[in-house]
Amino acid sequence: MSTTTTEELSATTLLRFATAGSVDDGKSTLVGRLLHDSKSVLVDQLEAVERASASRGQDAPDLALLTDGLRAEREQGITIDVAYRYFATPRRRFILADTPGHVQYTRNMVTGASTAELTVILVDARNGVVEQTRRHAAIAALLRVPHVVLAVNKMDLVGYEESVFARIAEEFTAYATDLGVPEVTAIPISALAGDNVVEPSATMDWYGGPTVLEHLETVPVSHDLAHCHARLPVQYVIRPRTAEHPDYRGYAGQIAAGTFRVGDAVTVLPSGRTTRISGIDLLGKPVEAAWTTQSVTVLLEDDIDVSRGDLIVPSKDAPETTQDVEATVCHVADAPLTVGHRVLLKHGTRTVKAIVKDIPSRLTLDDLSLHPHPGQLVANDIGRVKIRTAEPLPVDSYADSRRTGSFILIDPSDGTTLTAGMVGESFATPEPVKDESDEDGWDF
Amino acid sequence: MTTVATVKGGGEGTDSPYALSHLDALESEAVHIFREVAGEFEKPVILFSGGKDSILMLHLALKAFAPAPVPFALLHVDTGHNFPEVLEYRDRTVAKHGLRLHVASVQDYIDRGVLKERPDGTRNPLQTLPLTEKIQSEKFDAVFGGGRRDEEKARAKERVFSLRDEFSQWDPRRQRPELWNLYNGRHAPGEHVRVFPLSNWTELDVWQYIAREDIELPEIYYAHEREVFQRSGMWLTAGEWGGPKEGEAVEKRLVRYRTVGDMSCTGAVDSDADTIEKVITEIAASRLTERGATRADDKLSEAAMEDRKREGYF
Repeated sequence: MSTTTTEELSATTLLRFATAGSVDDGKSTLVGRLLHDSKSVLVDQLEAVERASASRGQDAPDLALLTDGLRAEREQGITIDVAYRYFATPRRRFILADTPGHVQYTRNMVTGASTAELTVILVDARNGVVEQTRRHAAIAALLRVPHVVLAVNKMDLVGYEESVFARIAEEFTAYATDLGVPEVTAIPISALAGDNVVEPSATMDWYGGPTVLEHLETVPVSHDLAHCHARLPVQYVIRPRTAEHPDYRGYAGQIAAGTFRVGDAVTVLPSGRTTRISGIDLLGKPVEAAWTTQSVTVLLEDDIDVSRGDLIVPSKDAPETTQDVEATVCHVADAPLTVGHRVLLKHGTRTVKAIVKDIPSRLTLDDLSLHPHPGQLVANDIGRVKIRTAEPLPVDSYADSRRTGSFILIDPSDGTTLTAGMVGESFATPEPVKDESDEDGWDF
Repeated sequence: MTTVATVKGGGEGTDSPYALSHLDALESEAVHIFREVAGEFEKPVILFSGGKDSILMLHLALKAFAPAPVPFALLHVDTGHNFPEVLEYRDRTVAKHGLRLHVASVQDYIDRGVLKERPDGTRNPLQTLPLTEKIQSEKFDAVFGGGRRDEEKARAKERVFSLRDEFSQWDPRRQRPELWNLYNGRHAPGEHVRVFPLSNWTELDVWQYIAREDIELPEIYYAHEREVFQRSGMWLTAGEWGGPKEGEAVEKRLVRYRTVGDMSCTGAVDSDADTIEKVITEIAASRLTERGATRADDKLSEAAMEDRKREGYF
């Protein structure tokens, strides 16, 4: 048994996903149900929850205690921060970014969605698509999460009616498609009763689609990333200078997008020098080709100046370099971001000085309307920003590459992470919403 | 009429041939983290206990910088109650890879009267002061730990790059959001960053990777006969550290360890898993977490781990 088991388990893929839902939509119950029904909650964890629930005088074990890990959270009964959970089935392993649903925690959903390949958005079947649902859909669209699942929860409270589900699913899908979300899968569930979460529902025989877990297990991961524009941010130069390897000089990094092959003509940015790849080492072993998201070491034919912060790209597919970056940002720090703010900008492996030149607009997520020239962005605000950098940067559009189209702004005085940035247009459709009042703000 | 509920585009469950296996994805991510630290910090160090997580970290660091040597030293917090097999493994590993080893010794602190032995005999909480003072005196600015988010719910909230103040304290409410793979290592003089390259690994991932890479571990991870006695529901190894007490009977049992730490609080589990394949099968079937099964210190209170981490524990 053993050898086969080991190999089978090792061959599974990894899916990173995030959950989003309002406070009362039953997100904790859904997460608890996924963990519990996939047998990822172990006996001692359940016992700890039972002990803690009993000591508070609760009759039944409170499954939210499985996920609320901090003292303040347990004391206040709220989730204050993103937590990461792990579970596995024989087909796949999962990393779940469990993000709080409060309005004021937009930044947490942005954080969770930044690494997610799929987002589960919960709605209460009784309420349908509400402001908060639109907000979650907008964030998923902004962050370009490839797959969106709409989980219509509490179907048990609407008599498991197909028409209720169909209406909500249609309304949501239309809205999300307008925002440019490439794929929506709607699933009617009851997290409390366990319908269509892990086990198919016995009461909703009109539904022919997958359960939440089945969908998570089968949705394709890392699709097409290997075929994007190839990009390698140089992290570190490996020079052993040992008797065995006196002349080895390798450029180490994690491939951000695309595929590199030995023999490819490449350009190093921002210098613009060109050469060819003479070898690729995949963690100590030479290979002919490597692709996203492998960590590799690339050897070049010519001895040109390459250092941390540079970007290696195919010569025939190089991005422009620019000192003027326009982006949609989510402000994540408590202190506001203002015009004239001097910041550090980290893009890939390069950190440069930068200045906020303009904040043309702030986006209201509820109705996607624009507030022109807000003057500043405060915590959880999403807006458009123009930034001037001290050195030219090879940035891609976030629509083309989530890795080389993203950046963070850092406060140079204390190192606080201020802002998450996405280069280029916000949504996949050029004008998501008509807004007559806006003349100069949303200029794309 | 479930048209709205079906998947648009994309093949049914077909992963691209370019999709990495979950172990390759975790390995690549950890290597990226090691290289970010090497590129951005002045004096990083790897916490090394001789346990499987720190052994795995070292293995990943060796791969990250091959064919060059690992550009980090190791730091062992020696409780004075170590398993001899583990110390032997530690010294052999350091010599084999030509590494530099720093040791922060709990026994020294007790001998000097700075720390006092606890009535329950466990030295785990006593590790914090020697660790944090060593970080300050050696001016380490990045300290790699083998902590995994699946170990404990306070750890589930920990960032990969976790800023600590000049007292090494962790403030869970003031953590930096971590976006994409853009880790922010900025810190003021005196502060440092704890870095957790294994954040996204589970216990099973660790064992599968150890099997795949054929990594040698100290023998106590595999089933063997050992003289143990029972205390608070755990099998502890008898030894000079202070066990058994009166009324605690020593017996010989077939056991193995799931974690390796201070002998006074790390319990063995009954097991006949004497090969890595058997260990993986056993863990995959286990209904207990590794800490639940073997760590006394986490049972001290509901927030034991969070409280220790706030003070600077790893």
